[in-house]
Amino acid sequence: MSDLNKLGLADARDALRAGDVTSVELTESCLKAIDDADALNAFVHKTPEIALERAKAADERIKGGDAPSMCGLPIGIKDLFCTKGVPSQAASKILEGFKPEYESTVSQQLADSGAVMLGKLNMDEFAMGSSNETSIYGNAVSPWRRGNDDAQLTPGGSSGGSASAVAADLCLAATGTDTGGSIRQPAAFTGITGIKPTYGRCSRWGIIAFASSLDQAGPMTKNVRDAAIMLEAMCGHDSKDSTSAELAVPNFEAMLTGDIKGKKIGIPKEYRMEGMPAEIEKLWADGAEMLKAAGAEIVDISLPHTKYALPAYYVIAPAEASSNLARYDGVRYGRRATLAQGDGITEMYEKTRAEGFGHEVQRRVMVGTYVLSAGFYDAYYNRARKVRNLIKKDFEDVFAAGIDAILTPATPSASFGLGEMTEADPVQMYLNDVFTVTVNLAGLPGISVPAGLDTQGLPLGLQLIGRPWEEGDLLNTAYALEEAAGFVAKPGKWW
Amino acid sequence: MSIDQSTAAKVAKLARIKVEDDALPALASEFNTILGFIEQLNEVDVEGVEPMVSVEPMRLKRREDVVTDGNQQDKILANAPDAREGFFAVPKVVE
Repeated sequence: MSDLNKLGLADARDALRAGDVTSVELTESCLKAIDDADALNAFVHKTPEIALERAKAADERIKGGDAPSMCGLPIGIKDLFCTKGVPSQAASKILEGFKPEYESTVSQQLADSGAVMLGKLNMDEFAMGSSNETSIYGNAVSPWRRGNDDAQLTPGGSSGGSASAVAADLCLAATGTDTGGSIRQPAAFTGITGIKPTYGRCSRWGIIAFASSLDQAGPMTKNVRDAAIMLEAMCGHDSKDSTSAELAVPNFEAMLTGDIKGKKIGIPKEYRMEGMPAEIEKLWADGAEMLKAAGAEIVDISLPHTKYALPAYYVIAPAEASSNLARYDGVRYGRRATLAQGDGITEMYEKTRAEGFGHEVQRRVMVGTYVLSAGFYDAYYNRARKVRNLIKKDFEDVFAAGIDAILTPATPSASFGLGEMTEADPVQMYLNDVFTVTVNLAGLPGISVPAGLDTQGLPLGLQLIGRPWEEGDLLNTAYALEEAAGFVAKPGKWW
Repeated sequence: MSIDQSTAAKVAKLARIKVEDDALPALASEFNTILGFIEQLNEVDVEGVEPMVSVEPMRLKRREDVVTDGNQQDKILANAPDAREGFFAVPKVVE
């Protein structure tokens, strides 16, 4: 079998179990693809020794008839996950040289289910960004191009390396994390599938924290079935995360019947934004038609506080980040600035954080500091948390009225060129998350499914939002949409 | 609400991030752009609405107040930029 790296998780799993391939063969194929793809800058720490060691162990387990769900499947891990003995620096200079002495719960569960780690993936610094341009490792690059134009495009962010690696077949799947859209937006930009589960489904333990009330891990995969397989391996209760839900994890893959007859799909009018490109509007309408043709009922709904989601997010997320990132003080781990004669501990903190944090991270830490400071806490932070409750209630109301899932565009545009947003003010970049951020604020599951190409040949995604804890039902609706959309385009190899 | 340079300097100080004086005007201007965007929240009627505490209603779990691990000084110090004699080392704190 050739081009094993192009397989998805389900196909590779079946081939492994049938004895048609070995995990070592799969892994070597991915390692070669990774070495050939340095131009994409997706893998920033390669771990071939760990990969081959785990692949050999997986082959033994398969031979012995003891193969767990992800046994022998090579995947990439976002740099935000702490991986024992392997650099984990959240794409930040301040964590230069940090090698955790422990493994995150999610990456441990994946290892326990037999998955093979190929290395660590590029991302925006501390997951703050929508284009993977704030990384200390440099930009991750999308494998997609606009026709014959060789301008480099963004794979999206913050899980840009994960998206680029999966779309370019450097790995079978990858982990991502999503605080405001960081799984779904890059998935949409690169023509892959990405799901953010309900807040509390995946343990946050060992994932470098950005905004703890919003952060969730999830899989980024080549199709919906793969997302179901990998999400199940990542989920589950963990006593080390106090917000981890003590709920049984269903067999998500078994729920993929493709039957959505009678399901009520809501189309929120507030997501029809002024200036929305006509092709996004058409994609959205086409998606609704596809679900209707599959037997679902399409219902117009209203989520009245949608407009206030981004401003609320840009209070809450920086506030939590300013607190979470206070731990980077140059004392316990990471990088300390070189000090001048006579510098005391305050100068050490200030210089270390000025040198170690990039511009966007500094800006968010300071905005967070401001909105939490005496005199402004009520006006900004408490008001944003009240608005967050109203946004959540919008969703509760439509679900109570019988809506099973909500269909929206995943992003307001296709991928843009690296560097194209440099001159824009920060708020312009934030608008990338306008359709995804509501889902984090409400703690709901959301999935991005590739649904078409724009006139320049770039992928566009649709987002489905589900009821809390009903990822299985959501994945099934996504599966029906995937079947109907029949998206099969792949980027031509130029790297 | 408009942020001037001295407020920007104060925020940088609170955040323990060194910002050079010549960078303050640009920083203040960025803050104003972002805060201008956030100001939209003032349009929302939040009368009688509680601030969100937990996105999914769940009771914070409790555990026995017992020692669960320890004796790993080497591991804890392994990533320190400056560790000496079993301690984290920092510049002089007290004059």
